[in-house]
Amino acid sequence: MGKPTKVTNAIRALRFASDEMTQAELADEVGVTRQTIIAIEQGRYSPSLEMAFRIARAFGVPLDEVFQYPENEEKRRTKS
Amino acid sequence: MSFEEKGTWADIIVVLVVSGIYFASVLSQVGEVPVGEIKYIRPLITAIIATIVATIAGYIVAAISAPSEADKKDERDKDIDRFGGSVGFTVLGVMNLLPLGLAMAEVEPFWIANAIFLAGVVAATVSSIFKIVAYRRGL
Repeated sequence: MGKPTKVTNAIRALRFASDEMTQAELADEVGVTRQTIIAIEQGRYSPSLEMAFRIARAFGVPLDEVFQYPENEEKRRTKS
Repeated sequence: MSFEEKGTWADIIVVLVVSGIYFASVLSQVGEVPVGEIKYIRPLITAIIATIVATIAGYIVAAISAPSEADKKDERDKDIDRFGGSVGFTVLGVMNLLPLGLAMAEVEPFWIANAIFLAGVVAATVSSIFKIVAYRRGL
């Protein structure tokens, strides 16, 4: 509990790019509470895959434009 | 604050207030009256019913204060509810060792009944605390 998720997101930037969509408008579109959108934006909650897709669809962008997962340092070293 | 978080606050406040009143009124008689003579059954049943009724009332008040949020329970609420429930269940399991031990020691039913009630109160309180922390700090 309280462990920050490694998943980062661009929801805030995407909201502003979408006519300054409010958190409440996005929440309505996705079908969740405004508090859940706030928690996701602040990295306090990792949504399910289904909710993540609904958020991406609300902005009309692919999933990885909304959510990013940093590549593991070890893996990166092994690759190079 | 979401509707479900308000409900969790209502849960913890109701449980602490009602159980506080019950334990203060019943346990204060210990030492003054022989334990076997303390009339605890009716107050205990009243406390249990009062907890249920007051919790429902708390949810109604939360719904009236923000009607547009009253019917909203999303997957984060359900995740937090499950998390709090599993913590509460574990605490209840551990706490139930107390009445079990008292029953094995063949003490007065008064102590066993109150230990079971205490186990429920502690489990509900810890569950609500974990849920509130999850709402505030993240799951």
